[in-house]
Amino acid sequence: MSSEPNQDRPLGLRIAAIAGLLFMHLPLALIILYAFTTEEKSFQFPPPGYTTKWFWVAWSQRPDIWPPLYLSLEVAAIATFLALIFGTLAAAALSRAKFFGRETISLLFVLPIALPGIITGISLRSAFDIMGIDFSIWTIVLGHATFCIVVVYNNAIARFRRLSGNLIEASMDLGANGFQTFRHVVLPQIGTALLAGGMLAFALSFDEVIVTTFTAGQQSTLPIWMLSELIRPRQRPVTNVVAVFVIAVTLVPILVAYYLTREGEHIGGSSK
Amino acid sequence: MSQAVTADRPAVTVDRREGILDRISDFLIAHPKLLTLLLLLPPLLWIGVVYVGSLFALLLQSFYSLDDYSGLIIHEFTLSTYAQLLETANLQIILRTVMMAALVTLACAIIAFPVAYYAARYARGWVKALFYLAVMMPLWSSYLVKIYAWKLILAKEGILTWLANGLHLSWLLDGILAVPILGGPSLSFSYIGTFLVFVYIWIPYMILPIQAALERVPVNYIEASADLGAEPRQTFWTVIFPLALPGIIAGSIFTFSLTLGDYIVPTIVGNSRLMIGQAVYTLQGTAGNIPLAAAFTVVPMTIMGVYLWMAKRMGAFDVL
Repeated sequence: MSSEPNQDRPLGLRIAAIAGLLFMHLPLALIILYAFTTEEKSFQFPPPGYTTKWFWVAWSQRPDIWPPLYLSLEVAAIATFLALIFGTLAAAALSRAKFFGRETISLLFVLPIALPGIITGISLRSAFDIMGIDFSIWTIVLGHATFCIVVVYNNAIARFRRLSGNLIEASMDLGANGFQTFRHVVLPQIGTALLAGGMLAFALSFDEVIVTTFTAGQQSTLPIWMLSELIRPRQRPVTNVVAVFVIAVTLVPILVAYYLTREGEHIGGSSK
Repeated sequence: MSQAVTADRPAVTVDRREGILDRISDFLIAHPKLLTLLLLLPPLLWIGVVYVGSLFALLLQSFYSLDDYSGLIIHEFTLSTYAQLLETANLQIILRTVMMAALVTLACAIIAFPVAYYAARYARGWVKALFYLAVMMPLWSSYLVKIYAWKLILAKEGILTWLANGLHLSWLLDGILAVPILGGPSLSFSYIGTFLVFVYIWIPYMILPIQAALERVPVNYIEASADLGAEPRQTFWTVIFPLALPGIIAGSIFTFSLTLGDYIVPTIVGNSRLMIGQAVYTLQGTAGNIPLAAAFTVVPMTIMGVYLWMAKRMGAFDVL
């Protein structure tokens, strides 16, 4: 939907829109403020004083932060890799063919995100119990990959639908085989969508806590570490510092994914 | 490949391709159904076996029961666990959670619509990019960090109390906290707190599909409506809003489902009355009552099943 730039914008609408955006952003800004507070025991506002010492404390005096961070990065990387493969295959198959049960299958692929995370979590846990599988990094990965597939699938299928069939036929007519066509014609067009989907899957996995509490056993990922700090706080300002770090880390994939999908509109433009 | 097309040979021959990859490729292109099957099989196995298989394993457990004396699970088919689900205390948990999910969805739709509408209809150029990022950033920033931010805001010594004091409105805050069911010792131990946090963390899920639906409304329709004499208000309610409705429904799938199953928000910000997610978590953990926990999860599954089916009929999946 587009309109002329000189069209009047109702004042009430502008205020409501700006208020909505402020509602979404002020709480995050507050977290950043609290990372600098000198108050350790409560969430006093305004902070009685400001200091940067908590960044130093988090960096050097809290070794318990690092193993969860590494585990989170590892899990996110593996889950994203698996999701990229399975999500792309599913999108390729479902975008190009029409067959009986296609709608049901496409519904099936959205299910892990449409159903509450707790169901995914407890289902997987009881399946592990029944099959006698011990908790490990792989049980966490299994859970994460299941919903990461959906994210990649959603990104990929949107691009596959825009992909012009003419280009593929032209490539085949000119003598390329299916694999060459995929490598030189299809991949360059879906590449940015895959990268964006992968980035988002990574961010989602890095942040996931509900499914993880059911599939992690004794290990903790960074969100599980944070959860235990929220329930039983030790040094509140250190938690604030880690929160600021997490905000910063997740910001990068979002900006990159935005940049990639924006560029993608020019690449896939032929079919529009 | 170019050697295939020469003057003395026909441009298209059956055996112009030599390599094994070429042959596989040719074979698959000749059998498109096989190709689809090959592509679909690995992801379908993953989702079908790992995910749906686990769901069925869970469903199966809900037909077992817990021996009250030994605390062991009796592996025999029974509906007694479902009968337990219908006891007053458990029904209250379900009702409470569904109410919360409905209110959160409604509030999200009301707050999200103006943002989505402005972004789709009026924002251009860098403002549009800014709107997009302003929605994506909270969507993808950490779930726990977002809850934590509200712990800071709602705390008794936090910014809201400070604001209320500054504006001489502390009587209002105390009055709200004194309301029997809604209130509590402080906002972060009340239903109001839980509600606010839910609305806050799910709101981007509502904005994006509404915006997607609004972006698709052709300008012609709006112009045609105006040309035919409709007031802007009429155009909005008879043209724009019905076309945005699938977006609202798509968004509500997320807000409703996510609220139904969440157990972390009400644990961190809320009172001691349980929601479905917390009941499931305690039942499967400390209580060891997997059958009842499984029966509890059937509730959101059923609700979401019906919800998804209705949403699909209303075309909500096209804007997801």
